[in-house]
Amino acid sequence: MTVANHQALKAVFQRIREQADQRKTADTDGAVPKITIGMATCGIAAGAIETKQTFEQALAERRVEAQIYTVGCIGHCYAEPVVIIDHPDSGFAPIFYHNVTAGKAKMLVRQFLIEGDPCFEHIYGAMETNEMIPSVTEFDRFNQEVRVVMEKCGHINPEEIDDYLVSGGYSGLAQALQMAPEDIVAAIQHAGLRGRGGAGFSTGRKWALAREAESLEKVVICNADEGDPGAYMDRTIIESNPHQVLEGMAICARAVGAHQGIIYVRAEYPLAVKIMTRAIAQAETMGILGRHIFETDFNFRIKLFQGSGAFVCGEETGMIRSIEGYRGMPQHRPPYPVVNGLKGQPTVINNVKTLACVPPIIEKGYSWFRSIGTEESPGTAIFSVVGDVVHAGLVEIPMGVTLRELIFDICGGIPNQKAFKAVQIGGPSGGCLPAAFLDTPIDFDSLTQAGAMMGSGGMVVMDEDTCVADVSRYFLDFTQNESCGKCTFCRIGTRHLLDILERITKGEGQDDDLQRLQDLSLDIKKGSLCGLGKTAPNPILTSIRYFKEDYDAHLKEGRCPGLVCRPLIAYYIDLDKCARGCDACVGCCPTNAVFTTSTRKKGIDQQLCVKCGECVVACPPEYDAVRKVSPPHLVPAIERPAQPENAEDA
Amino acid sequence: MNDVLTSEEKAILADIQQYLSESKRDRSRLIPVLQYIQARLAYIPYQSIALVAAHFNLAPAEVYGVASFYNQFRFNPPGKYPVKVCLGTACHVKGADIILENFERKLEIKEGETTPDREFSIERVACVGCCALAPVALLGESVHGNMAPSKVEGIFTRIQVEKEMEARQKSEK
Ligand SMILES: Cc1cc2nc3c(=O)[nH]c(=O)nc-3n(C[C@H](O)[C@H](O)[C@H](O)COP(=O)(O)O)c2cc1C
Ligand code: FES
Repeated sequence: MTVANHQALKAVFQRIREQADQRKTADTDGAVPKITIGMATCGIAAGAIETKQTFEQALAERRVEAQIYTVGCIGHCYAEPVVIIDHPDSGFAPIFYHNVTAGKAKMLVRQFLIEGDPCFEHIYGAMETNEMIPSVTEFDRFNQEVRVVMEKCGHINPEEIDDYLVSGGYSGLAQALQMAPEDIVAAIQHAGLRGRGGAGFSTGRKWALAREAESLEKVVICNADEGDPGAYMDRTIIESNPHQVLEGMAICARAVGAHQGIIYVRAEYPLAVKIMTRAIAQAETMGILGRHIFETDFNFRIKLFQGSGAFVCGEETGMIRSIEGYRGMPQHRPPYPVVNGLKGQPTVINNVKTLACVPPIIEKGYSWFRSIGTEESPGTAIFSVVGDVVHAGLVEIPMGVTLRELIFDICGGIPNQKAFKAVQIGGPSGGCLPAAFLDTPIDFDSLTQAGAMMGSGGMVVMDEDTCVADVSRYFLDFTQNESCGKCTFCRIGTRHLLDILERITKGEGQDDDLQRLQDLSLDIKKGSLCGLGKTAPNPILTSIRYFKEDYDAHLKEGRCPGLVCRPLIAYYIDLDKCARGCDACVGCCPTNAVFTTSTRKKGIDQQLCVKCGECVVACPPEYDAVRKVSPPHLVPAIERPAQPENAEDA
Repeated sequence: MNDVLTSEEKAILADIQQYLSESKRDRSRLIPVLQYIQARLAYIPYQSIALVAAHFNLAPAEVYGVASFYNQFRFNPPGKYPVKVCLGTACHVKGADIILENFERKLEIKEGETTPDREFSIERVACVGCCALAPVALLGESVHGNMAPSKVEGIFTRIQVEKEMEARQKSEK
């Protein structure tokens, strides 16, 4: 492109930007309070729709003027529904409220918007430093996070391209169009960006290979299949800021010389599909995608393909087969998709997060990106931290932060004064790490060395009441189901692994089962074509390495140390604690297993008990009489008094 | 597989045939077409597989082979109130299997099945995206977080009440 063209492009981008600015200013009334509500899947699940309706109603009833503004997920899923109220007239900085139920919404309209009292006891923190309310930036959760990918998530309306433009969006693409394609590839290479989809392959190298491949047509695919059954950050990013992903794809297309793009989103993510479809349409209407982007000669069209829920389609060649209309079975590599991919064309496949890192790198330069994170793993990592942790949600941290900092400082540690037992990282391909590894820095190589892996970015924290053998069984159940069946070792081997784990967790394990698990695991790793089979045994291998005593307890004593495996536990009622005449546990039992003893206390019929634990919850805390033990024979015998009418066959 | 179609389903099937006749025969349209059928009928009846096979000039077994590979496609009609229990990692750790069992006991069907009156069906799903509320179950589109066996009971009571209200409204009209 010539200099004159650069000028023209800048002018076009400037014009688009200014128009967006004007529309936004016309839309917003600076003087009235602004109520921002998080409406991604996590918010909606927690009741954000009801919260929004209540705000609307209360505002209308009381004739209060305010603007309601819906955004995506800010990452604090434990606090949903999250509402931020900016009420300039009140003199307070914008305030972050958590768990805003319909009742709280009504109260805030009345007390804060009308009377000016921000309801101090319900405040989570102020969004800016000020003298009246402690600011959230003082909390670990906020000040240790560094946001590259999620910077705008939860702050802009994902359904309006103007929001993205006004907050500086698409300037990376405008800049990239003024660069030579080789220079874009070089910038990504210098940035040291590694694929966030799991393996951590150098994105720059991938692009360079695709750029060198000679072909008239090339394809860019965004991998938003997110197969890990316990991770949801790709979905949340799309639901909160779809344009950053589109911009990343367009820059990639420019760099490698592609004109077609496909976003592969799971059909189970209806909101993400809807928001992404809208985003693509808006960008096309504005001339940011499609033909003659920014009135240049660059064309790039993006289509959305809905994935139908097969874990193996997250694998590159499986994904390509599925887009072509076949069973999503992985193919032999090489040839790699960058040379011979979709319909034989060179194809770059990148994860959502990888692509979302691209626009900021182009905009702020690769040395900025390198200044975050570690030498070998620059940038940030995004985890969905869930399980037994106080502040569950999405966290974006610089690489190199330790697991301890992430779990205990940023996410608030383990609730209910329980002890930390393990953290599972990387989903079905990853592993469980024990407390001894809490000081491991989070980056691609350290995690792999420890036996886990970055994988999808799912992170499940587990307290002392979890059973590692059960978690392995859970993941094997998943991978066994999802194995496409092509390789014998993966298809049948995972079935055998699952069988062995099932008998162990039932207390029916055999002496040499651990050895058998390990041997078979190594064989499966060797005998499988794709990453699914190669990594499926990881949960087993790491858990045997670090939690052998858990397996031994199951095998040798028939005991589940975490009191999880139901065939190995039993509930009983401590008669010394049980209160005479109290019936709290009777009504809650789904199988009528609770009976009244001759002393008018309660007992549990072990034959009928399904071990759901409901009676533990129902028993009033001042009695706290229900006990859970393993192995089950520890239950003291409590006789069920013979009852006159049909008690026996109940 | 369910062989009997309701008259409503037959009408939709005719619609689908119309849709097919207007769409491309390119194989890469196969999965989107199946998705379209499921979106219309909530499942893929055998009769529609035959239509699709004819359209793409494939054997019905080939089409069924593709459809059955993917978890999304179902071959039995779901209930009017589909129950989906999340068995994602976070929910599993918090006892999702107990929740699933409670639904199964209550409805007297297993996961993957539909009650004979076609009112309820039970499915297991992977992470619904709100692990902070684990364990989670969905009833239709509405999400129920922090599930407990006693809440299962509550959900059915609520449906019962809703149904009665609906019936009353109808009779008032
Ligand atoms: C069984 C299996 C499942 C995968 N699932 C995903 C997935 O859900 N999302 C993803 O981005 N990558 C997934 N991958 C990794 C992809 O094959 C591929 O490495 C990735 O999309 C490349 O993008 P990146 O370089 O940006 O990481 C999976 C790999 C395997 C073997
Ligand atoms: S695992 Fe159930 S919602 Fe995430």
